Amino acid sequence: MRALWHLIRRDLTLVLRSGTDAGAALAFFVVTVTLFPFGIGPEPEILGRVAAGLIWVSALLATLLSMERLFQADYEDGTLDQLLLAGVSAEAIAMAKIAAHWLVTGLPLLIVAPVMAALIQLPAGAYGVMIASLALGTPVLSLIGGIGAALILGARRGGALLALLVLPLFVPPLIFAVGAIDAAALGLSPRPNLLFLAGLLAAALPLAPVAAAAAIRQVLD
Amino acid sequence: MHRFANPARFMRLSARLLPWLAGATALLLAVGLYLALIASPPDYQQGQAVRIMYVHVPSAWLSMAVYGAMALASIAYLVWKHPLAGLFTKAVAPVGAGFTALCLVTGSLWGEPMWGTWWVWDARLTSVLILFFLYLGYIALVGAFDDAERGLRVGAVLVLVGTVNLPIIKFSVDWWNTLHQPASVGRLDGPTMDTAMLIPLLVMALAFTLLFAVLALVRTRAELTWRKVEVLRLFQAAGE
Repeated sequence: MRALWHLIRRDLTLVLRSGTDAGAALAFFVVTVTLFPFGIGPEPEILGRVAAGLIWVSALLATLLSMERLFQADYEDGTLDQLLLAGVSAEAIAMAKIAAHWLVTGLPLLIVAPVMAALIQLPAGAYGVMIASLALGTPVLSLIGGIGAALILGARRGGALLALLVLPLFVPPLIFAVGAIDAAALGLSPRPNLLFLAGLLAAALPLAPVAAAAAIRQVLD
Repeated sequence: MHRFANPARFMRLSARLLPWLAGATALLLAVGLYLALIASPPDYQQGQAVRIMYVHVPSAWLSMAVYGAMALASIAYLVWKHPLAGLFTKAVAPVGAGFTALCLVTGSLWGEPMWGTWWVWDARLTSVLILFFLYLGYIALVGAFDDAERGLRVGAVLVLVGTVNLPIIKFSVDWWNTLHQPASVGRLDGPTMDTAMLIPLLVMALAFTLLFAVLALVRTRAELTWRKVEVLRLFQAAGE
């Protein structure tokens, strides 16, 4: 438990001191959302109809962008081996890394997303649900992405491979999150969709670190 | 089960089995194709296009069955370090992807005359498409490591992650589909199937299953032989 806490603190310090990684994912999100009006057209009705999907697909890609390096740096300089040899469980390492990743990329998205949603005309009644869906959904993205990042350790051509592995698994959170926002925009209850999203989080929280740990342990032998 | 873990015994046994299996597959495929394409009647609604189903349905069955087999083999590989199981998983993944692609293509070819479009975002089609992506992901991952053994182990973890996720994906796609397009596509599973069509379908399904068994054996043998060649090369390099 103490190891977990120290690992999270270490990762956060590393990110805050360098400052570029987290900023890059956030900037990527902002720029991607900005591109869509050029592709779809500036009409407010059309943008408002697809706003939920745009926000979520962009958030998903931004999460993926910063995912590739999750374990990579520690793998390359041997920190990962040392941690495992020191007796830190692979599950704790995975959980700490994923938690730090969410704090650095998922949490800032919650703050920036309403601004971007306003730019692409998300219906007024859907903001609260959008933030709730991101609060429940982005941890799921980080957890699933963490499995992918552990799987590609030591592989050639990591980035494209990670996208191929992880994006199909992002389908369920995407469906429920956009479903919730769309329901709220239409004045319906977003409750069932949000509950499913919470269910995904409840399932991914214990299972994903175990799966990621199984992949991390392959590093040692 | 561990009796068959011995690669030498597997090579001997599979060599003896293969000609018989291949012969049976060729025979059943010939009979099945004759029944499906010539002897069976055209459908009163779908006309001749119904014949696509005799290829489409068996490949859909196998696209799922192969993933199931890969999941079982991955458990065997991770838990008991069963050496053949890992090679088997790697060997059959492209075969499974092939059946899935065949299922998607034939479905699309059938959809054009029947539904008037090559593709609809129907729940079933979408799930199969995602299954296809899972196959591609596995194939890409296993091939991305310099150490082949490590690729197999990591791949086995991925297959199990996919196995847990498949029902969730299937369920969420169903949920999404009922939300977005309520009954836009008429389903044709109203009348129960006539025996004149059921028999060719079952023969084809059996033929496809045997075809999978043949391909699985041939490809696993090839993987084993390839492994042997690599080890010999390493010894040779070390000796010089």
